[in-house]
Amino acid sequence: MTANPQIFRDSEADRGHRAKWWTSRIAIYGVLILWTVICLFPIYWTITTSFKMAPNVMKGNMIPWVDYQPAWLGWRSLGLSPDTIGAESTVRAEFMKRFMNSAVISVTSSALAVALGSLAAYGLSRFNYRFGYMRNSDISFFFLSQLILPPVVLALPFLVLYRELALLDTRVGLILLYTLSVLPIVIWIMRDQFGSIPTELEEAALVDGLSIWGAFATIILPIALPGMVAAFILSLVLTWNEYFFAALLTSTYANTLPVMVASQTGSQGISWWSMAALSFAAILPLIVIGVVLERYIIKGMAAGAVK
Amino acid sequence: MSSEGDLLHVVTNDNISDGRKRFGRAIIWGTAALTALVGGLQFLQATGQAEFGFTNWRPTLYAFCTWAVALCWGQVLINGEHGKRTLFVLPAAIFVAALTIFPLLFGLIIAFSDWNLSSPTGRQFNGLDNIRQMWTDPFFWNALWNMVLYSLAILVEYAIAFGLALLLNAQIRARKFFRVAFLLPLMLSPVAVSWMIGKSMLEARYGPLARLARFFGVENPSFFGSPEIARATIMIMDAWTYIPFMMIMILAGLQAIPKELNEAAKVDGANGWRNFWEVTFPLMLPVSITAILIRIIFKLKLADIVINVTSGGPGGATDTVTSFIFREYRERSNVGYGTLLAFVYLVIIVIAMTFLMKLADRWMRPRT
Repeated sequence: MTANPQIFRDSEADRGHRAKWWTSRIAIYGVLILWTVICLFPIYWTITTSFKMAPNVMKGNMIPWVDYQPAWLGWRSLGLSPDTIGAESTVRAEFMKRFMNSAVISVTSSALAVALGSLAAYGLSRFNYRFGYMRNSDISFFFLSQLILPPVVLALPFLVLYRELALLDTRVGLILLYTLSVLPIVIWIMRDQFGSIPTELEEAALVDGLSIWGAFATIILPIALPGMVAAFILSLVLTWNEYFFAALLTSTYANTLPVMVASQTGSQGISWWSMAALSFAAILPLIVIGVVLERYIIKGMAAGAVK
Repeated sequence: MSSEGDLLHVVTNDNISDGRKRFGRAIIWGTAALTALVGGLQFLQATGQAEFGFTNWRPTLYAFCTWAVALCWGQVLINGEHGKRTLFVLPAAIFVAALTIFPLLFGLIIAFSDWNLSSPTGRQFNGLDNIRQMWTDPFFWNALWNMVLYSLAILVEYAIAFGLALLLNAQIRARKFFRVAFLLPLMLSPVAVSWMIGKSMLEARYGPLARLARFFGVENPSFFGSPEIARATIMIMDAWTYIPFMMIMILAGLQAIPKELNEAAKVDGANGWRNFWEVTFPLMLPVSITAILIRIIFKLKLADIVINVTSGGPGGATDTVTSFIFREYRERSNVGYGTLLAFVYLVIIVIAMTFLMKLADRWMRPRT
């Protein structure tokens, strides 16, 4: 009989356990927050720099309203500040032209790649093909091997070919190339997607009298839609950001935003604020997509990881 | 790869009349002949043997497109239901074949010629001169060596990505917020990144990171001064963009591991560290290898950041093969030599990747 009134008491081991639990919590959140800062600080820096003026940049001020007064200098140079947005300006026309080029090219090529790629992936997951000596696995390999092909191998032949075909500096030319470059990724994601849909669905539809394309369009497509969205978003990210081909194959008419950003970097140090505004305007659409559609992006990238 | 065999086997009775088949063949061969004819005429004009008034090669392109459409349509006409199945794959196959095989063949011709786009003399075969030039070009070998170093950096990226994935997979609050925040660098365009980080934040006088370095007592922080530091800076910037990619693949793999396995290990008395090395890590090996292989493929295309931040400097220390060829073309408009370098690079990549895949295959099999 012990004279201790307290029946339940944390033993030494339990208290040690709790301390360990707290340290591990702190360590985990510490690392998570540290990495969040690493990920987000460049974006924060770009936003704040776009509202700075020369002295603020020199002094290295960081926090708006606290150690410097935000100004619209950077955005005015793009014609996007409140006092210039109403008026027509050449800088804004230039920016909008590049922006539209980027938007049209990336959306069209992603849509084209998703259309072509989904059809091919569906066919490969359902039917037996023989193109000459090539069987299904060879055709799959033929598509996926394009992933290894570095863009630089195609770049110069395409440059010469496009010059002969008068496709240099046109949107169509870039769309074709971008479609080609994201097609293997789309096929990879979609093959996974269609593989997980049971064939009994189409068999039932075919028995009910639908044609194979009818079954594909009315039964399979709606089921595979999330995967297609994932593939589309991923293609959109890749094509929006593409620089190498755009820098080689466009000059004045079909320039995309990355080319515009790159062509201004020579003047850095003089107008940091306008560069920051331009960079931020170029990445803003993708930040929005990343935040809103993060689920699909992760789904798309995880497609190949888990089999 | 995918499973062979007719997963969806449908028996159809096609009654295709002879006339329909003949019409199908006729349009395929007809348009093929048209393409050959237009192409031939244009070739005659290009070699200066005749004049037809073509201003560019567009007519041949259009003829080729008609042929492609006719080929797809003809499949349905000739083979009926089976042709409709071919139609799923055929457009993509024609598209890829037309856009890769022809340029590659054409590239082979360019690779063995001396062709300066800005000079009026045009293309001239120069046999093996380009190879000889490549052999004695220290900058190209240096760029190749850099690619090896850049690829080795993937191991560090992998370790960080794995750690972050483990953290995201742990019992934490606000997981979605952290996931979105960690994903964002991947969404940014490398060109914007190279300005935001490479030019702005790493600026030697006013950049915040330079200030931070000075705060820690570095006298004259310079991130692109010496070759080693410049290379490391490029590696870090590239890692910053692509770590989320590996992280998400690994996270997907982690989430696919049944919880029971780790719990069973815990019951058997394994602590966290042994649990990781003896249960989680071996189970993650296939995913890890896939992630690393894909990452290598992406790394081999690295160019945007290098072109925009250092343009290869100092003294070619940060050059990648792609950025080197890009400058070779930009500065000398020498298409022939650049193409040859690209082809050599392609051959090296194909050999290296085949070797790596075989290795990975052998390594993975006994454990899974």
